[in-house]
Amino acid sequence: MRVDEHPILDFKHKEKIAFSYNGKKMFGYVGDTIAAALVDNGVMQFSKSVIHERPRGFYCAIGNCGSCNMTVNGIENVKTCLTLLEENMIVESDKAEVIIND
Amino acid sequence: MIEKELVIIGGGPAGLSAAKVASEAGMKVALFERSFSLGGQLIKQTHKFFGSESQYARVRGIEIADILINETRKHDVEIFLNATVVGLYKDNIITVYQDEKYFKVKAKAIIIATGASEKFLAFENNDLPGIYGAGAVQTLMNIHGVLPGKEVVMVGSGNIGLIVSYQLIQAGVKVKALVEAAGHIGGYLVHASKLRRLGVDIITNTTVKRAVGNGKLERIVTVKLDDKWQEIEGSEEVIECDALCISVGLSPLHQLLSMGNANMLYVNELGGLVPIKTCDYETSIPHVYACGDVTGIEEASSAMVEGKIAGLMAAKHLGFIHPNYDSLEAELNQQLCVLRQGPCGEKIRCGLKKVGEIYD
Ligand SMILES: Cc1cc2nc3c(=O)[nH]c(=O)nc-3n(C[C@H](O)[C@H](O)[C@H](O)COP(=O)(O)OP(=O)(O)OC[C@H]3O[C@@H](n4cnc5c(N)ncnc54)[C@H](O)[C@@H]3O)c2cc1C
Ligand code: FES
Repeated sequence: MRVDEHPILDFKHKEKIAFSYNGKKMFGYVGDTIAAALVDNGVMQFSKSVIHERPRGFYCAIGNCGSCNMTVNGIENVKTCLTLLEENMIVESDKAEVIIND
Repeated sequence: MIEKELVIIGGGPAGLSAAKVASEAGMKVALFERSFSLGGQLIKQTHKFFGSESQYARVRGIEIADILINETRKHDVEIFLNATVVGLYKDNIITVYQDEKYFKVKAKAIIIATGASEKFLAFENNDLPGIYGAGAVQTLMNIHGVLPGKEVVMVGSGNIGLIVSYQLIQAGVKVKALVEAAGHIGGYLVHASKLRRLGVDIITNTTVKRAVGNGKLERIVTVKLDDKWQEIEGSEEVIECDALCISVGLSPLHQLLSMGNANMLYVNELGGLVPIKTCDYETSIPHVYACGDVTGIEEASSAMVEGKIAGLMAAKHLGFIHPNYDSLEAELNQQLCVLRQGPCGEKIRCGLKKVGEIYD
């Protein structure tokens, strides 16, 4: 969902670009972070927590918390809140296999 | 290894101001910022600032960011974007992560201006998607024009909670309620009155007990608190909402300083762990300076002044004397005194006293 009208800001949408999220085709705009484009497309769950597989969305949007990590173009643990969306990006919920030693 | 004269970590108001003054003094400056843009927290603040004329009072945060960025670009500052500093080691060496590569940089002096991070709040299911930091929601809607949800509840009535609530309404979102654990509103009453006039229910002595939802937030359960902050049984209430904003304070991003073994102190009034520093803003690590929110949560106005002092001093200690050194030093210290005076500055004065900075 995008801002319709705003008293101070003017969101002139730049070029529309396509990307894929877990295989589904979606659109965002040049200048969006991956996280912003996902939220706009109604995606709130970005990944699952490692041990209990609890759903994870973004939390801080400035690169502090790691809650928004996803696999982008095959690279794991990308902070989607700090990464700008690019045409044809392949965005997937993190599938990195994590080995935890108790 | 790459060698630099002055390394600045963080491109918010503090780091940008430090870069400007240090380059005016003749230093070669390299600034590292982990985001894709400069400006720090300012780039999402659409409201006009408080403070005094010399720190751009009554100018919107987003415009102040532009002014600072343009000033920095006029100087010969080398800017690294998407560059996160992940380590601070002995002999003023840092590790930078950029474009999936790590590299080391050795500096004659380092200024740490990493700012702060939003605190979490402990309650059941506080990790459900749809629960966000208030600053995160501000980033989403004011930078990207994307809305976090249709019906939002805000937790915390400090200035950030109040301002972001107002900005949510400006962006067309319904703010269903603002809950505050204390018995009174934390931020300025002018902001709170504005919200009340817009029909926002400000509920004091109340906190979030639990979040409910299947895969994403659907509703919250609030509970009343007594004057000892204990839950009052049977006072639970349900509020339907698809987003919850947490605005319960910030804490300094001290990690690099802690990693470098700087002397640190936990100061509640300053938001958490902060470095002990000299009046020249030098930490216990020689030629490593710190300024802005990382030395105590305050405001952009003081972050800019502190940044300038840190830039001035880092340069001076390496023999680069700013052409207007004497007048600048006196002027900047005077500006800090003005910013921190009066009842609003009491908390920060009290906190700074614990790390040896006296303003009374
Ligand atoms: C909603 C809201 C309203 C506010 N209103 C006001 C107001 O009216 N008046 C006022 O004066 N102040 C206000 N403030 C406060 C002000 O924004 C902050 O105090 C100020 O931005 C602090 O500046 P800083 O440079 O220390 O930190 P920041 O602005 O947080 O900048 C720190 C920078 O460092 C970068 N960074 C962090 N870690 C690393 C790393 N490891 N490597 C590389 N880069 C890194 C970050 O990405 C960021 O860009 C408000 C804040 C908020 C959130
Ligand atoms: S949301 Fe916190 S790191 Fe991206």
